[in-house]
Amino acid sequence: MSPTGKLKLVSRVQAINWNRIEDDKDLEVWDRLVGNFWLPEKVPVSNDIQSWATLTPAEKELTTRVFTGLTLLDTIQGTVGAVSLIPDAITPHEEAVYTNIAFMESVHAKSYSSIFSTLNTTSEIDEAFRWSEENVNLQRKAEIVLKYYHGDSPLKRKVASTLLESFLFYSGFYLPMYWSSRAKLTNTADLIRLIIRDEAVHGYYIGYKYQKGLEKLTQAERDDMKAYTFELLFELYENEVQYTADLYDGVGLTEDVKKFLRYNANKALMNLGYEALFPKDETDVNPAILSALSPNADENHDFFSGSGSSYVIGKAVNTEDEDWNF
Amino acid sequence: MANLVYFSSTSENTHRFVRKLGIDAQRIPLRPADGFLRVEEPYVLMVPTYGGGNEGGAVPRQVVKFLNDEHNRSLIRGVIAAGNTNFGEAYCIAGGIVSSKCHVPYLYGFELLGTTEDVLRVREGLDQFWQRQSQIPA
Repeated sequence: MSPTGKLKLVSRVQAINWNRIEDDKDLEVWDRLVGNFWLPEKVPVSNDIQSWATLTPAEKELTTRVFTGLTLLDTIQGTVGAVSLIPDAITPHEEAVYTNIAFMESVHAKSYSSIFSTLNTTSEIDEAFRWSEENVNLQRKAEIVLKYYHGDSPLKRKVASTLLESFLFYSGFYLPMYWSSRAKLTNTADLIRLIIRDEAVHGYYIGYKYQKGLEKLTQAERDDMKAYTFELLFELYENEVQYTADLYDGVGLTEDVKKFLRYNANKALMNLGYEALFPKDETDVNPAILSALSPNADENHDFFSGSGSSYVIGKAVNTEDEDWNF
Repeated sequence: MANLVYFSSTSENTHRFVRKLGIDAQRIPLRPADGFLRVEEPYVLMVPTYGGGNEGGAVPRQVVKFLNDEHNRSLIRGVIAAGNTNFGEAYCIAGGIVSSKCHVPYLYGFELLGTTEDVLRVREGLDQFWQRQSQIPA
């Protein structure tokens, strides 16, 4: 809500006409989001119960805390973040896309609860939620983002939103990828991968709309927005490093997680149209984590580095034959 | 010689990568009204992967249309793809699809706008690739 306490709403609504699209990206992203739709009930998380039993108490506590942190972020994005972008929308179709994003964020938030109800005792869940409310760095992360959602700059709101979608989740996403790479909690990891896929489209779209907004500014204003973006990224990064230490110091994974943070910070910046900030040797994510995220990412897709004699052809994939004439 | 052909949507991500490469390139038009690109020389295709699950449509339809033209297809020599590891198994899958459909090597994959290292690898790699190609008798 705005400082006056009144909910800011779109002032004028026209009936949305999907047969007259002003920005092709709106329809493209809408179709993509609808095509990607899923519900947590489809993922057999209960198959992870045996695997869960093999974790130590400290590992279970860490995992539950990580998921409460992610729940908080998804709740913010579903009930405030994506909704706050609606009044700033340039096209009615953009408004519709934000309502889709808001709903999916609520699905994400609910899916953590379905993981909890499958794996945890009530007291474990209560303890983790209590921890999330008392953890200074997690609360600070939420406060920083909420401040911008309540502010009066549409473009700054989009920056904060893109950084949340494409950067702030990843201290949490690291852990299920880590477990998956060790063949633990693999069904939970499948569910998280669906969330990760959604966040990519959200970050891409909001970042794209940010860049469209920048086009209307003067060069000086654009420079200001860029400086602001990097300032906010640094502020969030500093906080994220401390939050990561709170969670992962006990299991000795903090440095590994930080590489993943920086790798994703670079991608968040790219979604906003900026160049990557952190150099290669600070973003060399553990190959096991990268492979858990994307099995194709660590395959050799650098044909150029080969001798040139081997003629590697991509492995057969389902081609959409209805589109191809040959 | 313009031996790079690419597609980039209004997000301009792939366009930015091409600009950083600093080499001649031809862009596949975004809309039918913008005309149809017909190439006259062998080329490497650079294509973004439209992210998603199992919905298909990973290769932008403008690129499919471009390759459906037999003459255009006969001149493709390799493919470079952009993507996002967030899409899991579908990361850069447009590269694999075009590679297997057109029987040309999938040369390189990079994320989003690409990093400085990606730009250097592709610039050097393309240079060497074309030198090797010119040594192969037609």
